[in-house]
Amino acid sequence: MTRLLKSREFWLAVGIALIIALTSIRSSGFGTPGNIAGIFNNTSILIILALGQMVVIITRSIDLSMASNLALSGMIVALVNAAYPEIPVPLLMGLAIFCGLLMGAFNGLMVWKVGIPAIVVTLGTLTIYRGIIFLIAGGQWVNADQMSADFVAYTRINVLGLPLLSWYAIVIIAAFFVVMTRTTIGRAFYAVGVNPTAAIYTGIDVGRTTFIAFCISGMAAGLSGYLWVSRYVIGSVEVASGYELNIVAACVIGGVSIAGGIGTVASAVLGALFLGVINSALPVINISPFWQMAISGAAIILAVILNARQGRRKGRIILKDVEAAQ
Amino acid sequence: MSQPRLKLSGISKSFPGVRALNNVSLDLYPGTVTALIGENGAGKSTLVKILTGIYQPDVGDITLEGAPINLPTPHAAADHGITAIHQETVLFDELTVTENIYLGHAPKTAFGTIDWPKMREAATKLLGEMGAAHIKADALLKDLGIANKHLVAVARAMSIESDIVIMDEPTAALSQKEIEDLFELIALLKSEGKAILFISHKFDEIYQIADRYTVFRDGEMVGEGTIADTGQSEIVRMMVGRSVDQIFPKHEVSIGAPVLTVENLCHPTEFANISFEVRQGEILGFYGLVGAGRSELMQALFGITRTSDGRIDLDGKPLSLNASSAAVDAGIVYVPEERGQQGVILDLPIFQNISLPSLDRTSKRGFLRMVEEFALTREYAARLDLRAASLSQTTGTLSGGNQQKVVIAKWLATRPRVIILDEPTKGIDIGSKAAVHEFMGELVANGLSVIMVSSELPEVMGMSDRIVVMREGRIAATFENNDTLSPETLVRIAADIGDAA
Repeated sequence: MTRLLKSREFWLAVGIALIIALTSIRSSGFGTPGNIAGIFNNTSILIILALGQMVVIITRSIDLSMASNLALSGMIVALVNAAYPEIPVPLLMGLAIFCGLLMGAFNGLMVWKVGIPAIVVTLGTLTIYRGIIFLIAGGQWVNADQMSADFVAYTRINVLGLPLLSWYAIVIIAAFFVVMTRTTIGRAFYAVGVNPTAAIYTGIDVGRTTFIAFCISGMAAGLSGYLWVSRYVIGSVEVASGYELNIVAACVIGGVSIAGGIGTVASAVLGALFLGVINSALPVINISPFWQMAISGAAIILAVILNARQGRRKGRIILKDVEAAQ
Repeated sequence: MSQPRLKLSGISKSFPGVRALNNVSLDLYPGTVTALIGENGAGKSTLVKILTGIYQPDVGDITLEGAPINLPTPHAAADHGITAIHQETVLFDELTVTENIYLGHAPKTAFGTIDWPKMREAATKLLGEMGAAHIKADALLKDLGIANKHLVAVARAMSIESDIVIMDEPTAALSQKEIEDLFELIALLKSEGKAILFISHKFDEIYQIADRYTVFRDGEMVGEGTIADTGQSEIVRMMVGRSVDQIFPKHEVSIGAPVLTVENLCHPTEFANISFEVRQGEILGFYGLVGAGRSELMQALFGITRTSDGRIDLDGKPLSLNASSAAVDAGIVYVPEERGQQGVILDLPIFQNISLPSLDRTSKRGFLRMVEEFALTREYAARLDLRAASLSQTTGTLSGGNQQKVVIAKWLATRPRVIILDEPTKGIDIGSKAAVHEFMGELVANGLSVIMVSSELPEVMGMSDRIVVMREGRIAATFENNDTLSPETLVRIAADIGDAA
């Protein structure tokens, strides 16, 4: 119980519930299950992206190219769909994930084999990947009328009361939970993030582990590419432009330590949901979208302050009687 | 004896839920070296942090020359003439020697900018006075060895005209020769009337350099007096509250066939022409001055650094060690010198640290199996008599000795053939030290081969079956460790000093 009260995730969940409750006072429809499900659906893509980013941040790196990766993967599947509408959508989703994986793997290889800092590599690929969209699409948009009905429907079909998009997010959350807590590679991510030197001395290949983290964030971005294009029914150079900062913000607000080694699936999901709830709640209570940005920014700074306080080390227990009393 | 220059009395310090110091006192006299003695966790570091203004005592008085003072910040401590020289020097690697000496009190020009020529000249003069003229004032600190960094720290202390100098385990990383140099410098500081607080685990050093002693145990002051009137065994009794047998456990093991054979191993810059073998059930000691290339060689045997030539055979089969994981798979494991940074991951729970290199065995197709993992962890924690409330506890909360047990448990769980221990008892208390030595005996009795790198002569001579002496990246000599081998021989060969006769 005390552990629950101390956990960051618990208080973040309480905060989200509080915002929903307060907003419901102003607008009674806000707190209904249907509306909350809608907010979750709206946040699904951000959740998937934040989970991928979380893995990279835990290994002491950062992936700034996720939004560009998303846009390029999305554009590729949109173009393929426009040209060959008969290709089944699940295959296109696989293609999107594969494109994302290639881009993530490229980031990872540059960090691992060439030894360039992640922030520099992904800052470079952020522009490169977006530039490639321009090259392959010739600056054109892919519009709704060019997409097949299935392509658009595969994020919208209602299953057990939720759109498929929400179900994708739920499946991905479950998959990340298993990977992070129940697999050897999940353990390796944390070991590398907390103390890379000790990880080397334990026989863990730090470079390879970081590479795998980038592959995971790439796949998350690739899948999100299809989801985004399908949901907003548009493929263009400008898709998700600037969104990489929202992804990092979701992680930081959730409590993923930017210094690496700390972060859980729950923290990334709640961080994303917090941003989603804020973005839905503020228009309801008539606050301008410009304030939304300021509030998101304030939430990030608050989150970092809380992290710093939590990270402060406690003193050692030296006196025997104190030890016995605990 | 005159009045104490600095007097601490009734000092207590608590951290949330923890009392680190309980009503302790300490007197420092001018021109006197006072040794602060105590096991790890006795509260020595907390006291140093109070003296240097990093922590504030909850209660208690500090008086300087009879006048009460407050030390709310490190800056205030410096203003009162208190300087500390730490075990791992806390200076600035990217700055020059001059800047390190004068940072915070640099001579200024009329315009208020730093007077570089004057500062450089003063630094050179100061280093010359200390007998450290070989250190160039313009050198970057990161290019200096640890001993020279200490000298810079001392120069800094002298430049701010500190009256009180705290030395927190200054010899921990120094070679014998460097320690002698440091002691000459301490004698110089003493003759200038400075009050010196000297913290060390090594009794021979304390008896060589200190005039007075204060003993801490479990956050309390348990005794003080003059070194000349007190026997070593008495101080040891005060420290541990019981008498400790300092004799090394002699293990009776029949030594078998060679397990690890190293032939003509070379590295472009760190070592060359290394050939030796370790046999089953043998403890092979590696002695040498700090910087002789011992740790570098061990890191190559563990696959962390690449060699340029030579071969490594395990059980007669050649090994290709291109990664630490390859060494672990082959059965060679390494307990590194820097326990906190390299040995364990302090922020992870004990069980995760112990199981980390064995996860392939306790997991199935990449999925963890917690039952197997805990069973493995419990087995090896028990074998090492690891003292912890829970195996889920964060490793960083353990004492240094118990952390070392976590490192060793982690490696034993991989069922190695050869275990390399790099300074296995550095910075751990006497009680844990004896436990580590005892355990090394058990390891070889179970058929493992042990390579032990140590700079402590008693340890090398007490534990090893054979001793390899390294000097400047090469093997200088290899000895059978029998009664005819004298410590003087080892030191002479390690330091390349000709026959004394």
